Amino acid sequence: MVIQMDNMIPSIPKRIGAIKFGLISPREVRKMSVTSIITADTYDDDGYPIDMGLMDLRLGVIDPGLKCKSCGSRAGECPGHFGHIELVAPVIHVGFNKTIRKILRSVCCKCSSLMLEDSKKRDYLEQLSKYKDMGHLPDDVINDVFKEARKPKVCPYCGEAQLDIKFEKPSEYIEDGHKLTPTEIRDRFENISDDDIRVMGMNPDTARPEWMILTVLPVPPVTVRPSITLESGQRSEDDLTHKLVDIIRINQRFQENRDAGAPQLIIEDLWELLQYHVTTYFDNEVSGVPPARHRSGRPLKTLTQRLKGKEGRFRGSLSGKRVNFSARTVVSPDPNLSINEVGVPFEIAKHMTIPVRVISRNLELMKEYVRRGKKVHPGANYVIREDGRRIKVTDINTEELLEKLEPGWTVERQLQDGDIVLFNRQPSLHKMSIMAHRIKVLPGKTFKLNPAVCPPYNADFDGDEMNMHVLQTEESRAEASILMQVQENILSPRFGGPIIGGIHDHISGLFLLTRNENFISKNDALELLRKSELRELPEPAGHLEDGAPYWNGKQIFSQILPKGLYVDFPAQVCFKCDVCKKADCEYDAYVVIEDGELLQGTIDEQSIGAFKGLVLDKVVKEFGAAAGAKFVDDFTRLAIRGVMYTGLSFGISDEDIPRNAKVEIAARLKDAEEEVSKLISAYEAKELEPLPGRTLAETIEMRIMQTLGKARDDTGRIADNQLGLENSAVIMARSGARGSILNLTQMAACVGQQAVRGERIRRGYAGRTLPHFYKGDLAADAHGFVKASYKSGLNPTEYFFHAIGGREGLVDTAVRTSQSGYLQRRLVNALQDLEVQYDRSVRETRGVIVQFKYGEDGIDSTKSDYSKPEAIHRVVRAVTGKEVA
Amino acid sequence: MSKFSLLDHELIPNHEIMDDDELRTVLKHFNVEREQLPKIKVTDPIAQEIDAMPGDVVKITRKSQTAGEALYYRYVME
Repeated sequence: MVIQMDNMIPSIPKRIGAIKFGLISPREVRKMSVTSIITADTYDDDGYPIDMGLMDLRLGVIDPGLKCKSCGSRAGECPGHFGHIELVAPVIHVGFNKTIRKILRSVCCKCSSLMLEDSKKRDYLEQLSKYKDMGHLPDDVINDVFKEARKPKVCPYCGEAQLDIKFEKPSEYIEDGHKLTPTEIRDRFENISDDDIRVMGMNPDTARPEWMILTVLPVPPVTVRPSITLESGQRSEDDLTHKLVDIIRINQRFQENRDAGAPQLIIEDLWELLQYHVTTYFDNEVSGVPPARHRSGRPLKTLTQRLKGKEGRFRGSLSGKRVNFSARTVVSPDPNLSINEVGVPFEIAKHMTIPVRVISRNLELMKEYVRRGKKVHPGANYVIREDGRRIKVTDINTEELLEKLEPGWTVERQLQDGDIVLFNRQPSLHKMSIMAHRIKVLPGKTFKLNPAVCPPYNADFDGDEMNMHVLQTEESRAEASILMQVQENILSPRFGGPIIGGIHDHISGLFLLTRNENFISKNDALELLRKSELRELPEPAGHLEDGAPYWNGKQIFSQILPKGLYVDFPAQVCFKCDVCKKADCEYDAYVVIEDGELLQGTIDEQSIGAFKGLVLDKVVKEFGAAAGAKFVDDFTRLAIRGVMYTGLSFGISDEDIPRNAKVEIAARLKDAEEEVSKLISAYEAKELEPLPGRTLAETIEMRIMQTLGKARDDTGRIADNQLGLENSAVIMARSGARGSILNLTQMAACVGQQAVRGERIRRGYAGRTLPHFYKGDLAADAHGFVKASYKSGLNPTEYFFHAIGGREGLVDTAVRTSQSGYLQRRLVNALQDLEVQYDRSVRETRGVIVQFKYGEDGIDSTKSDYSKPEAIHRVVRAVTGKEVA
Repeated sequence: MSKFSLLDHELIPNHEIMDDDELRTVLKHFNVEREQLPKIKVTDPIAQEIDAMPGDVVKITRKSQTAGEALYYRYVME
């Protein structure tokens, strides 16, 4: 940084005292302008910018080599300077149409005074100053002013009768059939007194209303609208330049025609054309104005379009921009990685770097990196000299660099195992959407991650892509590893439980392993625990007849539990009996862990699942984040081996149910249909008793829905009774690994009623859903009841209704995500500056208090037990063994 | 029509005007000026009920499931 010292402005921290917004006056435009622009041509035949053209060298330079005629600096240093165009006739600024209309209506057409009594004006002024003192927006008062001032039919000052002023899009003001020209409007505004302007909430020094009618147009510097040179050597101008050319052309034609004394009609046409071009120059998406187009037919991107929307200046370039040191690729699972790790492809690791300062103690190591260069993996891509110059490491200059490398230089070395990076999946909805991982460089082309961290990212492996950001400073790495590492985020502040945990196969794996008494030989036991750091097996549970020792699944699982862990709770498979027998549960559905040993119960979602896992919750809260991470790593590995040990597969034959059950289901559905037809005949005979607050038609619909819903549930129960806990689908549904009993019912027994907006399907033809039903038929099959199961197959009518119901779900999710996304955006924008202070108060940036104690109770929900303020009870119980009130 | 007190409603927490001593300790505790407190309008029904004047600070005692009682302070303004 030594070189730049001489022309560097020393950076003094400055504080912005105030920002003032106003209108720019024609005088100001001329004052800041370095030249008037009079010709529409840009370059002469030699490609040199024409004087007083749009590329005039006084407006700044973008071509390297040229010097700015205004400030003398080169391209890159010159900030650019404004020019101006003298408009032959005034035109309206589109952005102010609303204000112009309001002022026009509340100001006398003859004497230009604001049509309010003097006393009222004083009242409003007082109110305005009061609002200003309180820091409130004056909008309400100003709207009141305009509302009151447009009421009088006769001017209270000069007695002139006021005519109605109609506004027509895009920018025409019609007073009683006569079109007001911008000149006329400007004349009226010019005569408004300063005092009246203040009553309208404007400051006459910085914003006079007539400045909303343009007489001179500022021309932005070329640096704002740089032209690009195409490969063919041809120049391509910026959209703004194109638009300005149009404005100048029309302006000239207008001048020529008026000087030549052209008829009024032609003048008016040209005036309108000038208005059009100036309008589209400011905003090319004004309703009622056809957008100005490029020759290719693409609409031009003018001033408003540059600022507006997601890719506009504010949201696209200032609030967020593209970053270096990041990578993106598809993610895939690797259960052998720790949850704190991420697998990074070699290809990526070789491109991404971490700067390391060379000191005497790492000189040799750094030299080795440089020697390896960029091609051999842990190498270096760049070195940075002491003076800040970056030098690429190439085959040619390696030797030279090795010689020169000395303490004070910086080596940008490639990523290697153990480096800490940030990992992110969009949409980043909560803090767990960006977490810090340690790198493991692996072959392949995808990022690898432990499937247990899928829930916080909401990731799956159907083609999801994720981003990685490499931290560049020591401080950021320290901060990330302390605050953002995965293990520090196992517990979610959303509900005070683990958001990271077992999913799918982890749950079925441990469920299969820990349920029942199973006999596991020494070989199998060691195989199961192979990936955990275990050196000894516990005492065997017993010996087989031939004397060989055996263990059971509960013992195996206990090996990965930390010593000193005590928990008990009902498992997911719990049948919710009226009286819980707790440890004596005959279904083995009550988990008891004592001193890190699973004594009773089956491990399922309630123990280790993401969101629910109580064992995991307890481990993290009592043994710390590192122990929690180790537990997750261990049980994911054990679970994967566990599920492979027993095997878990699901096929179409798993949905088979015996013939008699099928008959039973068919009979139950037939009963339901009969019930429905009875209801219908009762309805038609007007014997049906309406439900309170419902019409008869609503009542019958509800009753039918009820009947059919119950029938579907009953068929499900019939099917369920045939499928025991040996069935893979039942195992998955009961343990909470995947799917539900309802899914199973639909596959094996009956799909049930298809609904649109919670009602039976009614749309289609007049009075019927499909042409082969009778009009007004209320029967189950005519309104989307699907009797078939997915396995038996749907008939065409059922299939069609099913498609209708399915489509609604898709539309719903699409709508919901966009709506909740916007809601979230607004919330985040409103809350982003609030901060919890060390005294636990919540304050905004000015120091104004929002909450005197965070959440009014000062509870950190992350450390509470599922958001209940009972963590203290847990601690006291653990220490004293006694309950506290 | 008999006059009723807004404070009797169970959904309305207790509001009271703070005396200077208490206010001073609170402001000192949080190291703030009165103006940096959250605000309440004099025209607010509850402010009128307790005859609060602009410049006063109202102490609000809310019931909380988690904290028992939560205190909140509001600066009365026009």
